[in-house]
Amino acid sequence: MLSLAIAKLNDFFAALAAKETLYLPVDNDAGQAQYKKWAEGDTLSQALNTVRSAKDFFFPQTENLVDFKVDGKKIEVIDPRSESEDFVVFGVRACDARSFTILDKVFLADPVDSYYKSRREHGTIITMACTKPEETCFCTLFDIDATNPEGDVRSWMTGDRVYFEAITEKGTALLDSMKDLLTDSDDSAVESQKAETKKILEKLPFGKLKMDEFKGENLLKLFDSPKWASLSEACLGCGTCTFVCPTCQCYDIRDFDTGHGIKRFRCWDSCMYSDFTRMAHGNPRLTQLERFRQRFMHKLVYFPSNNDGEYGCVGCGRCLAKCPIHMNIVKVIKTLGVEQ
Amino acid sequence: MQSEMIRRAKELLADGTVNRVIGWKAGEFDYDITPAVFTCPEQLDEGFLYNDFCQANVSKYLIKESRKEGKILAFLKPCDTYSFNQLIKEHRIWRDNVYVIGVPCDGKVDVDTVKQKGLQGILSMQCDGQTVTAQTLYGEEKFDKADSMSDRCLNCKSKKHVAYDELMGEEGEVLDSHRFDMVEKIEAMSSEERFNFWRGELSRCIRCNACRNVCPACTCEKCVFDNDASGIAQKAAADSFEENMFHIIRAFHVASRCTDCGECSRVCPQNIPLHLLNRKFIKDINEFYGEYQAGEDTTTRPPLQAYTTGDVEPSIVYQKGGNN
Repeated sequence: MLSLAIAKLNDFFAALAAKETLYLPVDNDAGQAQYKKWAEGDTLSQALNTVRSAKDFFFPQTENLVDFKVDGKKIEVIDPRSESEDFVVFGVRACDARSFTILDKVFLADPVDSYYKSRREHGTIITMACTKPEETCFCTLFDIDATNPEGDVRSWMTGDRVYFEAITEKGTALLDSMKDLLTDSDDSAVESQKAETKKILEKLPFGKLKMDEFKGENLLKLFDSPKWASLSEACLGCGTCTFVCPTCQCYDIRDFDTGHGIKRFRCWDSCMYSDFTRMAHGNPRLTQLERFRQRFMHKLVYFPSNNDGEYGCVGCGRCLAKCPIHMNIVKVIKTLGVEQ
Repeated sequence: MQSEMIRRAKELLADGTVNRVIGWKAGEFDYDITPAVFTCPEQLDEGFLYNDFCQANVSKYLIKESRKEGKILAFLKPCDTYSFNQLIKEHRIWRDNVYVIGVPCDGKVDVDTVKQKGLQGILSMQCDGQTVTAQTLYGEEKFDKADSMSDRCLNCKSKKHVAYDELMGEEGEVLDSHRFDMVEKIEAMSSEERFNFWRGELSRCIRCNACRNVCPACTCEKCVFDNDASGIAQKAAADSFEENMFHIIRAFHVASRCTDCGECSRVCPQNIPLHLLNRKFIKDINEFYGEYQAGEDTTTRPPLQAYTTGDVEPSIVYQKGGNN
């Protein structure tokens, strides 16, 4: 295992940023963490996680897909992509790291989404183990180990040092290129920190919810449950839960009229919105109950049915913290997760 | 107060005055409370709650609820009654179908404010007068309630209920708040500083529409931003300036109808101080047209919707420094 004094972290960031673009969580003006392109003077946020998830790096909120330039009767089709550059994301938590696996199953499955794929190939992820989980965290429910996150490189911050371990080839290459700054260390400090954190993870109130009911065979039973009415009753129909969610992956494609052509872009969509999946015949989900149900059925039943039982949730707790009316996936699991 | 409210709600359900009750429902922790409709005494016993954490303004739900069969009992905090009145004025709520009980409010504990101050892993919170005690994954913490409230409660405009059929607890008064202090600070900035301040704040917007959807003044059946036929529908903005315009347009649209309930800032996941835009309009209206509080009554016309010969001339905007 390699390590570095926390006091030298700035040198590490500077060396990384000299090679490729580096993003890391920093505190913004509102006192919350958000990913930012590192610049001299930026310090790593102490917050547990960012408000927006790390999915933004691979699946940005908006992106241009194709441009059409109109000149008289001539239409020119332009691919607006410029080959993206390599980049590193530092400080990703275990939950967000797992969300990439979930997004990969959607965007890298046939037909492969080349926009997403290109970003994935250019990105290197350095994850950071959690030490102070929040009450809203429930990653343990999805067998995610917050003390030993996935990624290209995983890291731990304990005492006055940061420890690194490469996981993938990309990660090994990255640590190799930084070896002047890193020293060999034994893993005793990391192991004791892991044990400490695991004690807290054991105490998470939603770490062991009952999930047996959420399976393909119960699809219709769950779909038809009368409990959706009270669960969705207060839903405002905003997109907060979907936009802060690291696994929500739905998007819309729209045309923007530039006056002399069209910019075709995609942007995040939300199943909570009234025009979600609206087609020529109209909208398939006319009430908020149906829209609300769609979100949770997707994460808890449809997605696992199509993906070897993997749920479309990583237990990051963002929706628990951010829903304006405090309705969330945990309340849905607890309400519907009992034999009906 | 909570048990008294439940008792009275059961009475009104039993004697047929109402067939439903809207209030707040307990969550998993003490702070994650959801607005809810209760239809029977058992439901009230099971989950009805009223305490220092019931922040949500339930008035907007009454637009839909008051159109249903039978009368609904609504428990409204003082600031919720202003929204209620404004919605009556705009013919959005059917008054005859709502039975309002005004309930007192000493300001609510805002969990985001508490977390912002560094408290992590909050498993439970109890408020005892002016002290909040939290049990967390990392031990017990005590702090002053005043340190745990958001700006809208710290600068509460009124403890008085402006609409009710009956009242519980002691009636309060309209307060002399400092709610325009921050607006004055922003006004004192140079135009460049002010521009940069708002560009910075609004740059965090993720366009989740939570501010719009929670806002009791935003009650259009189809918002222009959701309506393809409007020509300005946007799920995503073409550039960041267009994104900023969403909030500015919304602030203009609710000007003189916004009661300053502060829900927009409460729900913003990115902590954008949206209420300051509304307060700027309220402050300007007070200065240009005389003191006016939206939702104070159900009859007077909002200054921006009523023409009088004494109205301020547009040039006064320039005299007041609008062209800086």
